[in-house]
Amino acid sequence: MPDDARSPAASGTAGGAGGVRPGARVVAHGWGWRHAARHAHAVRGLDLVVEPGERVLLLGASGAGKSTLLAALAGVLGGDEEGDAEGTLTVDDREPADQRGRVGLVLQDPDSQVVLARVGDDVAFGCENLGVPRDEIWPRVDAALADVGLDLPRDHPTTQLSGGQQQRLALAGALALRPGLLLLDEPTANLDPAGVVEVRDAVARTAAATGTTLVVVEHRVSTWLPVVDRVVVLAAGGGVLADGRPDEVLVAQRDVLVDAGVWVPSVPAALPARRERPADAAPPAPLLRAVQLAVGRGGRRRPAVATGVDAVVREGTALVVTGPNGAGKSTVALTVAGLLAPVGGDLVADDALAAGAGPSPVRWRSRQLLTRVGTVFQHPEHQFLAPTVRRELAVGPEALGLPAEEVARRVDALLARLRLAHLAEANPFTLSGGEKRRLSVATVLATSPRVLVLDEPTFGQDARTWRELVALLGELLDEGAAIVAVSHDAEFVAAVADEVLDLAAHTVPLAERHAP
Amino acid sequence: MAVHTSAPSTTQGTVPTKRPSRRWRVVDIVVASVIGVASGVVFWAWGLAWTPLSGVLSFTPGLEGLLGGGWLFAAVLGGIVVRKPGAAVYTEVVAAVVSMLIGTQWGFSTLIWGVVEGLGAEIVFAIVGYRVWHLGVVLLAGAGAGVAVGLLDTTFSSIAAFALPYKLVYFFSSVVSGVVLAGVLPWLAMRGLARAGALDRFAAGRGAARV
Amino acid sequence: MSVVLAPVDAPGAIGRVSPVAKLGAAVVLSVALLLSIDPVSAGVALVLEVLLLPFAGLSVRQLALRTLPLWIAAPSAVVATALYGRDEGAVLWQAWFVTVTEGSLDLALAIGLRILAVGIPGIVLFATTDPTDLADGLAQVLRLPARFVLGGLAGLRLVGLFVDDWRQLALARRARGVADGRGPVAATRRLAGQAFALLVLSVRRGSKLATAMEAKGFGSDAPRTWARPARWAWRDTVLLAIAVLVAAVAVTAAVLADAWELVLA
Repeated sequence: MPDDARSPAASGTAGGAGGVRPGARVVAHGWGWRHAARHAHAVRGLDLVVEPGERVLLLGASGAGKSTLLAALAGVLGGDEEGDAEGTLTVDDREPADQRGRVGLVLQDPDSQVVLARVGDDVAFGCENLGVPRDEIWPRVDAALADVGLDLPRDHPTTQLSGGQQQRLALAGALALRPGLLLLDEPTANLDPAGVVEVRDAVARTAAATGTTLVVVEHRVSTWLPVVDRVVVLAAGGGVLADGRPDEVLVAQRDVLVDAGVWVPSVPAALPARRERPADAAPPAPLLRAVQLAVGRGGRRRPAVATGVDAVVREGTALVVTGPNGAGKSTVALTVAGLLAPVGGDLVADDALAAGAGPSPVRWRSRQLLTRVGTVFQHPEHQFLAPTVRRELAVGPEALGLPAEEVARRVDALLARLRLAHLAEANPFTLSGGEKRRLSVATVLATSPRVLVLDEPTFGQDARTWRELVALLGELLDEGAAIVAVSHDAEFVAAVADEVLDLAAHTVPLAERHAP
Repeated sequence: MAVHTSAPSTTQGTVPTKRPSRRWRVVDIVVASVIGVASGVVFWAWGLAWTPLSGVLSFTPGLEGLLGGGWLFAAVLGGIVVRKPGAAVYTEVVAAVVSMLIGTQWGFSTLIWGVVEGLGAEIVFAIVGYRVWHLGVVLLAGAGAGVAVGLLDTTFSSIAAFALPYKLVYFFSSVVSGVVLAGVLPWLAMRGLARAGALDRFAAGRGAARV
Repeated sequence: MSVVLAPVDAPGAIGRVSPVAKLGAAVVLSVALLLSIDPVSAGVALVLEVLLLPFAGLSVRQLALRTLPLWIAAPSAVVATALYGRDEGAVLWQAWFVTVTEGSLDLALAIGLRILAVGIPGIVLFATTDPTDLADGLAQVLRLPARFVLGGLAGLRLVGLFVDDWRQLALARRARGVADGRGPVAATRRLAGQAFALLVLSVRRGSKLATAMEAKGFGSDAPRTWARPARWAWRDTVLLAIAVLVAAVAVTAAVLADAWELVLA
């Protein structure tokens, strides 16, 4: 097999005759970085050494510079044009930017890492860039796909992959480079539980087989504990807060980590305090009924994604819809919210909810939806309409035609309630993930709908935002709102749900659905 | 192993600017392509709408030149976001290719038109040495693209079959359309993108007040 | 839209022709026909193209679907030219500033035929072209800079995501209470808002994709290899020769019939 000087001579074996050692060594000495567009440093005064073959879990509050450090190690931080660096950061004693093939990077967004339209081509892309000879490329591609467990033909379209598959594809692309250092920046944040396990297992297998140095940034500590042997916590102002074996650091820094939104395994998820319902009180009034509801994306007489759904949404109660990937949960949520027309069956709004607008939510006018059913989308960015947070919150009340003082009053109340006051003049797209989620919930609350529909509200959120969201939902339930949530987060279901609807029994199998 | 001496940390206000290099980074290429592809889809839709819209404007034939700017904004928007030599031509060509691939009535000539229209804007940016990016230059670039498409259409396309007065009307409405649809619109779009934090890796995003 | 953009898997010989050759053929034909507005060159070219259509590898239905824009555009251009075109010869009808003359009818016919003759090769040839293969061809055969070709291809691939995003944006606007307005002004505002939101999302996604590509070693000047070879074969030369032949026959016929009028003159 031809010897490529930039990568280990043979796959999987440590060292070769005079070859490069598989694991890379990382040394940071007083390293710092400031983005050109910001005033504050992203990272400052970092001193860190990672030995070859070590597996490190990198933790810290958001803003502590974890992503910046990973980007710098991969050599993609941008040159002088994009910011100022101080100190030194080396991979195998060389500049990271000179070593691009030595370092593999997997990022958070599954669909923003796919480069080409076919699976095989996408994995081969990295090898092409490094000048690997053609007859070596395809064997590497096949080996990488096998390593991550993606059993797909080379010309399978990348648009037809699930999130977990796309992340594994990105991982395969990184592995095909035969990197000495593997960097993972929140790789499982945007995946459902099955996908999380798939990716974690693929990484564990690779780390065990090749002795590659591994650095993982993640909130989900318990997922990665079996894989890593060292935990490093970065401090928000710069520098390293803690560094050592996982069990030691997690105990010693428990409070700091909990504050930073890390899911510390020993700390149980907080349950919201709900008002006790007196035993002899009347059952809560129903607001929406689904009768043999069939949902799909095309309206009546189109193929259905899920059928035979029977449910009643009652005030003051939470109904959570669960099910595996592709079960149609989002479609159910959007149909219940009156945004998609039911494909079959009926969705009926009781008079208590409809208040004169008619029994069929999908026929309501957009303005009528505001006070009846509010929807929080899976990706908050789809909902943003205005250039500042304040104007964003005002969109709903203004659409209702409320007077200006009332609008201002509501906006200020929400800014305070959801801790967004300091961001009132910022552009919604520039907020962090947790802040965007809070903002999207706040915009829905501005018009006080009686039913709240949430599509994967805890998707990609850290523990702190999770706690706040769950507490907020508890308050809303006590105030009499009804909640319909779609979630694959088992802890969320346990914390919030009064009723659970499992779509697995209602889903139409893929083979019977035609492509929309 | 290079040791970078730290730049003096800024207390407030000015972020020290560096002379931008002329070489295209990967992010320049990809974002210009994205703008081009997005514009290409809009161009295709605009092309479909052109037939009924030009019918509406046909009370004075030649006024459909006012619609011409709808195919020009990719060049200017790409130029002012990426700010590198060739950005205007590249973005407009990508947009033309995409609209052509989806299927237009003008077939392959879409590509040729795209190149020339892109050059119309590119020449303006080149004249100011790729250093000046305020509103005046942007409007001028839009006008440049309008001139390009006006000349092309009145010579080679079906407009060439019109009588001279109508050709003149067409030419001038193309320039006006270029200034408005390919000058004002890209300017507003760029400002909106910068405020939304989408241009963090670009010089265009530096002006927006950041935390 | 993905229906329209997705290339057809052509069973015949056309499927194995290099996309660069298809591009070259389309260029040759278009340039030759665009140089003059006359019914003879356009008509002859159109006839020859129709004769070659069975080799295109598309079914009748696919053909009809993809050339749809042409069938809408050609008649309307014919009408417009007949009414407002350059006037020559006997006046056939007049009202206000609209004049229909023999000359303008001639021009109208020429324009209509030309739209079809120029449009059909472009659409048909690209219907069977996979964008990745085209990029490979452009970079390996024509030696265009790989950074630009592949960067452009990556940007093109992001189109598929636009469609889903657009739907979500529309639904979100209904959910936020702003999807009610009727009439062109409200619809335009809504459309513009959605288009801008899509632009923001796309540029952000493009920036992230650029980072991912750089992390895989893309963008440096180091020499690069190609996993999918793109070579120029004899059938590519044949296609190009056919295109040149069709163009030559069309132009010659027009010159011989004394109908050729160079637009630049």
